[in-house]
Amino acid sequence: MRDTHSTGAGLRTLSLWFALVAIIALFFADIFLYQPDPWIELSRIGTGMVTPYWPDISELAISALHTISFALLGVAVSACLGVLLAMWFHWRAVRVFSAVIRSVHEIFWGLLFMQVFGLSALTGLLAIIIPFSGIFAKVFADIFHQQPATAVNTMGQADRLSRFIYGWIPQAWPALSSYVRYRFECALRSSAILGFIGLPTLGFHLETAFRQGDYSEAAAVFWVFLLIIGTVRFWLYKRFLPFYVLAAIFLLPEMPPVNASFIWQFFTQDLWPVPLQQGDLSGTLSWYGRVVSDEVIPALIQTIAITQAALVLSGVLALMWYPFASRWLVGRFSLIGRFKLLVLRSVPELMLAYLFMLLFGPSALPAIFALALHNGGLIAFLLANHSEDAADTQRIDSASGVVRYFYQDLPQRYPAFLALLFYRWEVIMRESAIMGVLGIATLGFFIDSAFEEIRFDKAFFLILVAAMLNVVVDSVSRRVRRAAGLTTPRM
Amino acid sequence: MFQLSNASFSHGSLSVLHDITLDIVEGEKVALVGPSGAGKSSLLSLLWQQNPEQVALCPQESGLVNILSVYQNIYMGGLSRFSTLYNVLNLIRPWASRKRDIAAICQQLGLSDKLFVSPDKLSGGQRQRVALGRALYRQQPIFMGDEPVSSLDPEQGDSLLSEVLARHSTAIVAIHSPELAIKHFDRVIALQQGRVIGDWPTADISVATLEDVYRDA
Repeated sequence: MRDTHSTGAGLRTLSLWFALVAIIALFFADIFLYQPDPWIELSRIGTGMVTPYWPDISELAISALHTISFALLGVAVSACLGVLLAMWFHWRAVRVFSAVIRSVHEIFWGLLFMQVFGLSALTGLLAIIIPFSGIFAKVFADIFHQQPATAVNTMGQADRLSRFIYGWIPQAWPALSSYVRYRFECALRSSAILGFIGLPTLGFHLETAFRQGDYSEAAAVFWVFLLIIGTVRFWLYKRFLPFYVLAAIFLLPEMPPVNASFIWQFFTQDLWPVPLQQGDLSGTLSWYGRVVSDEVIPALIQTIAITQAALVLSGVLALMWYPFASRWLVGRFSLIGRFKLLVLRSVPELMLAYLFMLLFGPSALPAIFALALHNGGLIAFLLANHSEDAADTQRIDSASGVVRYFYQDLPQRYPAFLALLFYRWEVIMRESAIMGVLGIATLGFFIDSAFEEIRFDKAFFLILVAAMLNVVVDSVSRRVRRAAGLTTPRM
Repeated sequence: MFQLSNASFSHGSLSVLHDITLDIVEGEKVALVGPSGAGKSSLLSLLWQQNPEQVALCPQESGLVNILSVYQNIYMGGLSRFSTLYNVLNLIRPWASRKRDIAAICQQLGLSDKLFVSPDKLSGGQRQRVALGRALYRQQPIFMGDEPVSSLDPEQGDSLLSEVLARHSTAIVAIHSPELAIKHFDRVIALQQGRVIGDWPTADISVATLEDVYRDA
């Protein structure tokens, strides 16, 4: 009788179910501690962090510029494509197309294009442009949808393009440009981690330095990356944008020549299993059956287990951290909490995971911690903003201290917290799949290995599985949010 | 007990109260009347600041926490009486003795069957009664309310108001209804555009006088 009438009790039951699933997931995830004594490594990393050093400054600068160029051009092109897709988002085909291209992670696109275009600028750009276009399409369509239709209604029977150019786009401009700005930050992260698979961005040097155990060099790359992300607002001015784009094109790494017939063969033959190409039905079935039982199922179990554990841990961390970043709850100390969260949300999961892997060995633990730290930090940051914004509307006789948090702020934030967490679900799933490129047995591991064995057909099939998994999680998340009565939170 | 002399108050650049001088002694039941925007709420919060520890406050923005139950929302009035640990544990599982106290308050408020419902599932009138419940559970000698019965039907508002006033020795209540002001209070202070324009013992004035105060807005 109690649960059905109390919103809080309902949300608590939902949360407990997710916590239970996460605990069960831990039994399936490989959380063995391969490194019995992480403290020695940790102290070496800690020393490295405070003694950053890089022998060749110009080398680091060039890779920093490559990182920015990829991100800038990637966002510039994908934002334009995103607007085009968003204009026709009422077509089901466009919606499905956008969903499919955004469900494949940048790293997987990168691995795919690397086979045909090598470690070239085109590979890096396509790896960012393709998924980002799909994301922009969806978000832009939402933004257009939220605009009042009055301006466009006065235009009579103008064609679709004119209605957008004269109506929707100018009207939504502030929302569009602020989202593009946010995405640029994400693109910087994506661009950096593309270095992990060999592209000449900051991640490449980071990975190399880590692998050689040179933590001072790793720290130098890390601090340069944080500096770039942290200072975006001081150097990315709209009026200089055309200049930046031109400079970025000029700064791109060299493009080796591309063999057109090879590309054709790659997409029409190499990506598909031989029995399928020969029309051999039973052979095709047994090929897929083998891949599914040997690789897809174990990979899915690891990916999903890591995702569920990381999802709940992100939530726990977000709830623990956000009060320390809210002025209404901790006063001046909030600046320290805020800084911590900014750092956490700026560091890509893959980088964090690499760091933790050095400490704990290649189990699911580093992946779970990295995903939880990054996403927990991001959600906590948003919640702290919500908490501060609500301060003006709180009662003047509000309780103080711990009780203020538990009785007032936490319950007020909780619905938005759950909504944000469920929004991150799909992102966490995407990221936990690519954790595999570090050697953790999620989908990415099997995809990476398949590429290394030049088994493109298998790699491609596994990428499709990863994409499908994301589409499924996205739809489950939407259903859960709707069933729990959670509305879209302010980002 | 409460004293203001030539007090002014502004909200940003907008000045809300000018030159307020008044003195409220223990045991008085004071009604604040005046058109909306006259500064009643600001005056209340100014007075509240003089003695926050002894006041059971019932502000206009009721401050109900939507996803907690009615029980917890009323319990919030008593937070300062218990230790932090006791309060936090109560959030996980209500203490039986507190549940009895609060069930009794709910009974008075006509919310007996709503103890574990969350306020977002209640009507406007029911929500207002929860806010009153929180003020009652403050268990303080002074009550300050800002239109505390505005969403209740007249009969219920009337009886709950006398209940609340009976439980507090001193009360300062902003109220919209001249009838309720005259019936339940012994002193009426009228505000208009941030100034006190009248301060009468209830015995000296009529409903008609007060109606004029509202009309002059």
